[in-house]
Amino acid sequence: MFEILANLEFTPFILSFKLSLITTIILFFISLPLAWYLSQTRSKFKAPLEALTALPLVLPPSVLGFYILWALSYNSPIGAFFEEQFGIKLVFNFTGLVVASCFYSLPFMVQPLQGGFESINKNMLEASYISGKSKLITLFRVALPNMKPALMTALIVTFAHTVGEFGVVLMVGGSIPGETKVASVAIYEMVEIMDYTHAHIYSAIMVVLSFLTLLGVYIFNGKQNKKFGI
Amino acid sequence: MIEIDINKKLHGSDGAMDLRVHLSIAEGDFVALAGKSGSGKTTLLRILAGLEEAEGSIKIADQIWLSGKESLAVQKRRIGFVFQDYALFENMSVMQNLLFVCNNKTLAHKLLELTELSELQNRMPNTLSGGQKQRVSLCRAMMNEPRLLLMDEPLSALDPTMRTKLQNEILLLHKEFGTTTIMVSHDPSEIYRLAQRVVMLNKGEIIKDGTPKEVLLQTSGSQKFSFEGELLDIAKVDLIFVAIISIGQQLVEVVISKEEAQNLKIGQVVRVSTKAFSPMIHA
Repeated sequence: MFEILANLEFTPFILSFKLSLITTIILFFISLPLAWYLSQTRSKFKAPLEALTALPLVLPPSVLGFYILWALSYNSPIGAFFEEQFGIKLVFNFTGLVVASCFYSLPFMVQPLQGGFESINKNMLEASYISGKSKLITLFRVALPNMKPALMTALIVTFAHTVGEFGVVLMVGGSIPGETKVASVAIYEMVEIMDYTHAHIYSAIMVVLSFLTLLGVYIFNGKQNKKFGI
Repeated sequence: MIEIDINKKLHGSDGAMDLRVHLSIAEGDFVALAGKSGSGKTTLLRILAGLEEAEGSIKIADQIWLSGKESLAVQKRRIGFVFQDYALFENMSVMQNLLFVCNNKTLAHKLLELTELSELQNRMPNTLSGGQKQRVSLCRAMMNEPRLLLMDEPLSALDPTMRTKLQNEILLLHKEFGTTTIMVSHDPSEIYRLAQRVVMLNKGEIIKDGTPKEVLLQTSGSQKFSFEGELLDIAKVDLIFVAIISIGQQLVEVVISKEEAQNLKIGQVVRVSTKAFSPMIHA
């Protein structure tokens, strides 16, 4: 038993966490203006934009994976453009995984942020504008500090969800060790070759890590709510 | 001098209406905006602040805030605004709330001293009482050294004692800084104590404009007491009829004749008046 644990290959986990971290950071900066816009606008484009953002929640990962694979491959203008102009290949490598994950996890970042922005007292934001502060300063110094639970939820759930990603990763990245073989894909392969011992260990590690992450979020949010008397 | 001539279509609770306001206010004046809810008072205040769009013109001294549809951004108007729900920045202490507006520590200390809040300067807003929060909000509004101070029912969420205390502070700050102040209020005694001028709106139009005495004192003719109230009930006691009327927060009984009892309807708004030659006032 100890021998198995000592020789355990951790690369898939490290890859999973690296992918999640990069995805979370990129998505945070993409989602911030989008969620802010959605929370403040009364435009008729709000509903279509919200539906589009939520699409990855309901689409089968295979559908999403298929479109992303097609779009990023040399067969589509986007993939061809990147390869010809910058010499970057976007499929079956880590970069492709990051792009795919950003689509896949978008709603998990946008929705909590939008909810957070909507829950903020509008008068508080207006008081900041009246004080002569721009929207950007208001966003960073008034809005975000007053919605820490929503902010935490957005960051952690996006991270955790990307760690748990499987279908899209498999379709866009395949299973190249050290490049695209993340933890979830590695477990799938172990089951396929009936290596149940490793599948058990890997799965158990995933369950424990995911549980601890979520537990952390709920404890933090509980404390924040108490602090603000909600 | 503040010149206001604006026009805006509103969709209120009783359908569409036009907010049309033509008003000039002298610098340093304290003006109260009164009127029923839904009459456009708050909207007018928000248009002056630049928080809501409108057509027309707003000029304050030599600065143009609104001309046609061109509007000066709210950030550039240098106003103070006091919200009914305080709207303090919950993530900042009392002092930080003030310094966020303008990093002028001398002014912040002066304001906190004037409002007796110096000891609370490091407290977070959620540890303060309603009255304390509204005083902080008032100080925060003054940090801008505003040319125009706008207040939207600032005291309506507070109890009567706190209200009186804050009325004094509002008046103190208004005089100390020589600000032009516009306040939305429902409370006649508050308006009487604070304002030099009352503008009454109804359905988006100005229906009365004058001193508090002219606008608010509702007695006319030779009655000495005259109160409006709601007729709650008419009871027959032996041979007489007694009307029970709710005036303000009090119920009163008034003897009425049989004819009156037949003509009056329960729920009707009535006026109770009497001629008293030497009224007694009991403390």
